[in-house]
Amino acid sequence: MVDNFSAPLLSVRDLNTWFFSRKGTAKAVEGVSYDLKAGQVLGVVGESGCGKSVTAQSIMQLVPDPPGKIVDGKILFHGKDLIPMSREEMRHIRGNKIAMIFQEPMTSLNPVYTIGDQISEMFTLHKGYGKKQAMEAAADMLEKVQIPSPHKRVHDYPHQLSGGMRQRAMIAMALSCNPEILIADEPTTALDVTVQAQILDLMSALKEEYHTAIQMITHDLGVIAEMADQVVVMYAGRVVETADTRALFKNPLHPYTLGLMRSIPVLGRRTAGEHTDLAEIQGMIPSLYDLPQGCKFSNRCSHASDICETAEPELAEVEPGHKVRCWLHSSPKHSDRREKRS
Amino acid sequence: MTSPLLQVENLKVHFPIKKGILARTVGHVHAVDGVSFELEKGETLGIVGESGCGKTTAGMAAMHLTQPTAGRVFWKREDMGKMSPARFRALRKEMQLIFQDPYSCLNPRMTVNRILSDPMDVHGQYRGKERKERLAFLLETVGMNPDLGSRYPHEFSGGQRQRIGIARALALNPSLIIGDEPVSALDVSIQAQIINLLKRLKNQFDLSLVIISHDLAVVEYLCDRIIVMYLGKIVEESDYASLYRDPKHPYTRTLMSAIPVPDPFRKKERIILKGDVPSPINPPGGCRFHTRCPDKMKICEQGEPRMRDFGPGHRAACHLYGDA
Repeated sequence: MVDNFSAPLLSVRDLNTWFFSRKGTAKAVEGVSYDLKAGQVLGVVGESGCGKSVTAQSIMQLVPDPPGKIVDGKILFHGKDLIPMSREEMRHIRGNKIAMIFQEPMTSLNPVYTIGDQISEMFTLHKGYGKKQAMEAAADMLEKVQIPSPHKRVHDYPHQLSGGMRQRAMIAMALSCNPEILIADEPTTALDVTVQAQILDLMSALKEEYHTAIQMITHDLGVIAEMADQVVVMYAGRVVETADTRALFKNPLHPYTLGLMRSIPVLGRRTAGEHTDLAEIQGMIPSLYDLPQGCKFSNRCSHASDICETAEPELAEVEPGHKVRCWLHSSPKHSDRREKRS
Repeated sequence: MTSPLLQVENLKVHFPIKKGILARTVGHVHAVDGVSFELEKGETLGIVGESGCGKTTAGMAAMHLTQPTAGRVFWKREDMGKMSPARFRALRKEMQLIFQDPYSCLNPRMTVNRILSDPMDVHGQYRGKERKERLAFLLETVGMNPDLGSRYPHEFSGGQRQRIGIARALALNPSLIIGDEPVSALDVSIQAQIINLLKRLKNQFDLSLVIISHDLAVVEYLCDRIIVMYLGKIVEESDYASLYRDPKHPYTRTLMSAIPVPDPFRKKERIILKGDVPSPINPPGGCRFHTRCPDKMKICEQGEPRMRDFGPGHRAACHLYGDA
């Protein structure tokens, strides 16, 4: 179990990462705050353009600058802010203390080096191993992620591996320095379901073994339900709801969270005769250059009233640990008024 | 018995692998290896499987978009392989395709109206005044404002582009639409819109649909009957209810157990398969699934299991059920 009272390992506080272009300013991440505790799996859910990947890039200090820039906020790792750190200091943390894996293992592995070269680089760079020793350690890592005949496989190039094996190699690389935090950005989206099951299983096992905290970024609520202890739901660069996983699925409060849950086809539901029609969320994801005033979800929300179009609600704590950014829940006056009307 | 719209008999598609300067054939990719199925009028058929199982090739070969190596395809009992080119061309407008990637399937240099007009020009339909009406009707049918017809694809979001792709498929009033992963590139909240749209259009135009997908949950929502493929072969076929309630083949069960369920209160047993899908260049002998099957027996390595019936319309090919 995760100790809820321990100090967070990573605290993101009021993060603002904006992109400046000729079309204007795209506020990809605006006022995002959350905590990640040691040994915990934090799920970040959202659709394309919601800012979930930019948040991860901000933590790793990998936001392409220009056009992107972290304009405000703090990213506290063990209480120390990462944003003002020098490149040298950051290089010591990135890959070593905080590691990341990406959706497309083919594009994030270098095609002209063997996977052994690429994994052993972690050991020579961060741990000062010699070449031979590092290669040996790389093979050990491949064995840990259950790649068969690892001593042969270290000499393979990425194209010689299957998609699932490449993702395993990426995980091996990410975990080679025993990081405290692993950020996984859609780690299984490009994989087949049976391979996805293998990778999720592997990540759970490694989490137990290394006690690594995982920030899991995904659009798949199924993956969240199976992996995460705590969930952050993002929409248009903001956190709209956060709660522990069971509370969120039992009692989703934000209309967007509810809409997402009702719009996904769930295996076995039609057969069980539970319901045959999927509820749609109307409209489309707004462009970051042209967000609605007030609540950013107001133009697609079936509960929207006047106030939603003019003022943006705060992220308010409704129950202990369950926060939501919605006028339906944050202003008692407003909800009274709604109830009277209906 | 009703007569089927499409009948596929023992379809095989093998792609040659060429090597060297002489481009000698050194082997074959057995993409589809003996697939048979039927599609009734007004029915929605799902073909599911993982990447490389041959589901897309099977769909393409059923439309003769990929030339089958062996086997026959009948359109309303007429052999497509024996049709004259003129007859075949006329038949083309009866079957249309929707693609996975809404970004690459629309020509970026054409306006939406031009994209939708193209199939009509090719088949010489809806000329003159009728054209404008037809274009507006198509866009409205897929839930778009007809005024947007003069815009270019880059001005639309992924979901809207998929709607344009669907409008194009509807342009000639086809009786069959094949959707190759029609929703897998879309965001979750957009997926539901397109799934519901496809369901509505099917009823509105009395369409037959073939949905090719890797997503068993999506297929369950859309389809009446489902075919599960593995390495170029059908391992199980059934109506949706019987398949999801009582999957027979170990591969079908594995697929179902592998899908993460968005319900943290449901603890389920996941069957984890070892290894990857074997190469279709040199598929394993016996049952093709035996290298990864959790219920493997000795006989699975030797003999190929035949299809057995498990109640009306439900068949599976597995030695577990006492195949001799």
